[in-house]
Amino acid sequence: MSASAVLAAAGGNTPSIPAPHVEYGQLSPMLVVFGAAVAGVLVEAFVPRRLRRWTQVSLSLVALVGAFVAVVVLAAQGHGAPRIDLLAMESVALDGPALFLQGVILLVAVVTVLTYAERRLEPKAGGEPADAFAAQAAATPGGEQERAAVRAGFTTTEVFPLTMFAVGGMLLFPAANDLLTMFVALEVFSLPLYLLCALARRRRLLSQEAAVKYFLLGAFASAFFLFGTALLYGYAGSVKLVDIADIVSGKTMTTAAQLSSTRSDVLLLTGLAMLAVGLLFKVGAVPFHSWTPDVYQGAPTPVTGFMASATKVAAFGAFLRLFYVAFPGLRLDWRPVLWGVAILTMVVGAVLAVTQQDVKRLLAYSSIAHAGFILTGVIAVNKQGLSSVLFYLAAYSFVTLGAFAVVTLVRDSKGEATHLSSWAGLGRRSPLVAAVFALFLLAFAGIPLTSGFTGKFAVFQAAAAGGATPLVIVGVLSSAVAAFFYIRVIVLMFFSDPKPGGPTVAIPSAFTATAIGVGVLVTLGLGLLPQYFLDLASKASLFAY
Amino acid sequence: MSVLLTTTCAVPAAGAVLTAALPAGATEARRRTTKTVALAVSAVTLALAAAVALRFDPHGARYQLTESYSWIRSFGITFSLGVDGIGAVLALLTAVLVPMVMLASWHDADPGPAAPDGTLDPGTFERRRRTQGFFALILAVEAMVIVSFYATDVFLFYVFFEAMLIPMYFLIGGFGDRAGGPESARQRSYAAVKFLLYNLLGGLVMLAAVIGLYVIAQDQGFGTFDLPTLTDAVAGGSLKLSGTAQNALFLGFFFAFAVKAPLWPLHTWLPNAMGEATAGTAVLITAVVDKVGTFAMLRFCLGLFPDASKTFAPAILVLSLIGIVYGALLAIGQKDIKRLVAYASISHFGFIIMGIFALTSQGQSGATLYMVNHGLSTAAWMLVAGFLISRRGSRLIADYGGVQKVAPVLAGTFLIGSLATLSLPGLAPFVSEFLVLVGTFTRYPAIGVIATVGIVLAALYALLLYQRTMTGPVKEGVRSMPDLKVRELAVVAPLVALTILLGVYPRPLTDLVNPSVDATLSQVHRTDPAPAHPVAATSGGEQK
Repeated sequence: MSASAVLAAAGGNTPSIPAPHVEYGQLSPMLVVFGAAVAGVLVEAFVPRRLRRWTQVSLSLVALVGAFVAVVVLAAQGHGAPRIDLLAMESVALDGPALFLQGVILLVAVVTVLTYAERRLEPKAGGEPADAFAAQAAATPGGEQERAAVRAGFTTTEVFPLTMFAVGGMLLFPAANDLLTMFVALEVFSLPLYLLCALARRRRLLSQEAAVKYFLLGAFASAFFLFGTALLYGYAGSVKLVDIADIVSGKTMTTAAQLSSTRSDVLLLTGLAMLAVGLLFKVGAVPFHSWTPDVYQGAPTPVTGFMASATKVAAFGAFLRLFYVAFPGLRLDWRPVLWGVAILTMVVGAVLAVTQQDVKRLLAYSSIAHAGFILTGVIAVNKQGLSSVLFYLAAYSFVTLGAFAVVTLVRDSKGEATHLSSWAGLGRRSPLVAAVFALFLLAFAGIPLTSGFTGKFAVFQAAAAGGATPLVIVGVLSSAVAAFFYIRVIVLMFFSDPKPGGPTVAIPSAFTATAIGVGVLVTLGLGLLPQYFLDLASKASLFAY
Repeated sequence: MSVLLTTTCAVPAAGAVLTAALPAGATEARRRTTKTVALAVSAVTLALAAAVALRFDPHGARYQLTESYSWIRSFGITFSLGVDGIGAVLALLTAVLVPMVMLASWHDADPGPAAPDGTLDPGTFERRRRTQGFFALILAVEAMVIVSFYATDVFLFYVFFEAMLIPMYFLIGGFGDRAGGPESARQRSYAAVKFLLYNLLGGLVMLAAVIGLYVIAQDQGFGTFDLPTLTDAVAGGSLKLSGTAQNALFLGFFFAFAVKAPLWPLHTWLPNAMGEATAGTAVLITAVVDKVGTFAMLRFCLGLFPDASKTFAPAILVLSLIGIVYGALLAIGQKDIKRLVAYASISHFGFIIMGIFALTSQGQSGATLYMVNHGLSTAAWMLVAGFLISRRGSRLIADYGGVQKVAPVLAGTFLIGSLATLSLPGLAPFVSEFLVLVGTFTRYPAIGVIATVGIVLAALYALLLYQRTMTGPVKEGVRSMPDLKVRELAVVAPLVALTILLGVYPRPLTDLVNPSVDATLSQVHRTDPAPAHPVAATSGGEQK
């Protein structure tokens, strides 16, 4: 379009920039969550301190449950599957995977908020019950200001709106239908997470170190993603996933933007590689995994649980959309690379986990290994692959949430006792808690009759059907290695003698108890009777294209 | 659709939950309630398993009393049960042994004295719940083993084959025998982990093969795990497995079963596990859980991969031969009674696997009978050994001597167990060992001849053990040893009686088993080799 044409159009009666048409109803899950996040900021500003916590907890829970209901209603109306819509000027896709993952993320978020609200585990500070978060985030660790804040019994209720913003971004991320929306969503959910990592009440320095590491590396990854977006725009003349796919597959070019495409393979492949780096960082795949153990260890444990589950769900959602919608035509190029990444991720995650001495770091490495298992399903590039990954993400999230919630219960005078040696004999003193944790570990290990097994079977089966038999064999072998360290923890809990003066298991309030209960129910439910959810995942596994 | 099979599986499963939920056993009376409930459940299970075996018509369909319920439709997985002669007999064996094990372990899970440092005072949850846990776990194992014997869905079998590791693991690691000192706790958890890791690795390799089988079958229009459908399709040629695929899948399945069975050189977990566990748990391992491995070789390896079975049979025979001789030699050298029994079992499992892969009807009938007879005789042997060990508080052979003068009944039953182990004619194991050897000899004479060495070695380890512990001068510490109590006699007497009965009159068992064995063998397209002398042919025919 020449410059004069633009001017002429602008001067004419028809406006050249149409007012964007926004489908508020179909976007309601995200809108509700973002709305609650904004309202949460206002609550921080205007509601008196003593009412703030309850206001925030109820606001968040109501919004999340409301958004989940909206997702269910949309699905019941046939949105997602079979009806697929493109919303907000085609920048957001309302298809099966998006809706399924939004549902999972919202449920995860509900459970997360419950673990945030727990106040019975920490000893009272300044006469007030304390939660897992710093009394005053801005205070210097160990400084006079912090002591004053603790004495005054302050709590950081900001975590609730921060989490709501993160959840909103996560809802958008797997639904984003163009690269820029995807990037915006990535930043919207990443920035609050960086902050949340720094908010641990105990071990403040470790927590802040984790936040800085996560922020620096995360910023790098975002930069990679953005740069990749730019290169791909240079290649395709569009940031829309569908347009890129059309150009890759060599369809006829119709729009002006597409005509300006350079079609340079260098731009295409470099751009794709950079996008992949950004996403692989978020899912914690080798070789972009090194932040995971430090951040998981340093962050407040409820936040770790949230990151380990919801972030993975959102990031894999975007990952799937990118590779299944925009670049299926390039699969001969990216599949070998992802093969290598998946193998490395499974092997490195499993092998390094064996040497860990800290429960949270152990779970971090285990989450790396699981990212590898999920990647085997991604690589299948078929409908089974998609539905198996969706199922795996749902199953894995709740096991992870439950496991981290149990970690918050085992405490000594210095807070959570995360060193493995202090878990010795836990099964003899608190058999119920140990049995629940053992159940989660067995689910991680993929023992039959737990959700972990069903998920693993689904992704491996999809991978084998997609011709990736060697990946399945590597997956099975690294599962065996992984089983070793899960079992080691079980041995420690049940067959070792408890140390005198070891940690005690705190009795949680109904919040954490509910969170753990949900984890147990989902773990057993998806293990024993998975058919309904497999159907759901299978029904949902069609992308908007 | 009869629900007999499901009921037989569900009763012990429900019993496990019930037992675990009974009020905590702070007092002896409470504990006795728990044990009685568990024992009653296992008795009901025995009655049900016997009903299954009685209702099974050996001349009827291959799988009978079949049931099928939809489970995970997406992967073609059903909850399908059905029974053939082999499965019926082995499930019955399980149901017979479990009450015996419970009676024999009556006091094994009573809370011991409080730990000296007070970390485990008598009031702790673990100590109060110990008895419930032990008996619930035994019932859970029973339920899972019976499902495995009845399952006609490959996936269903796999799930329970794997899942039974978890209760077994806690039985081994959580309830060792009291003989060891503080060191034994560490060895016990080592044994439990070794058991779990070996079997888990085997199971995961099998998982890869299960997935591979499903993907190949799905490509050819069989999106199912139903065993009869798959075996018929393989036999009828409508499901084609390429040579490489079949070999790879066979090895995947066989590896898991060979770990479980265990076959040399994958056996090393067994001596640890049996040595450290209570005598009752050791019987569960060797007489019940391990039988699932050999059973599965017959049902799954031969049925699904007939060509590969033929390809690998010679190699497997050599491994089993090594196992027979190696297990027996190591048994001779053991200082620890329970480890001796474990190595003897490795030798016996060599015979069972040899019988299966000789691919003759005599060999396979023999192998199936062997599973039953080994179960009964080893249970008797091991449980009496357990009674002996609990009296003296030591597992070392050197700590015993002259027991027969002090406790003649104990020594006498131990002798019968020993004689059964060395396959004395007239006792049940003789029949099966003879059949296995004859069956192997007709196809592989050399291997059959070498395997007979195993019998000589068995006589050595069994009799040497008897001589060292029971005869000679009465050792210090044995002097005041009480003889078998009524409860212990009630455990041993039926086992001994069955061993003698089946030795003299094995007919009921062979009638039940033979048609299923022939059906299995016909899947492999193997007929018995033509004998060298026509005279032998008629006698062979009569035997069948």
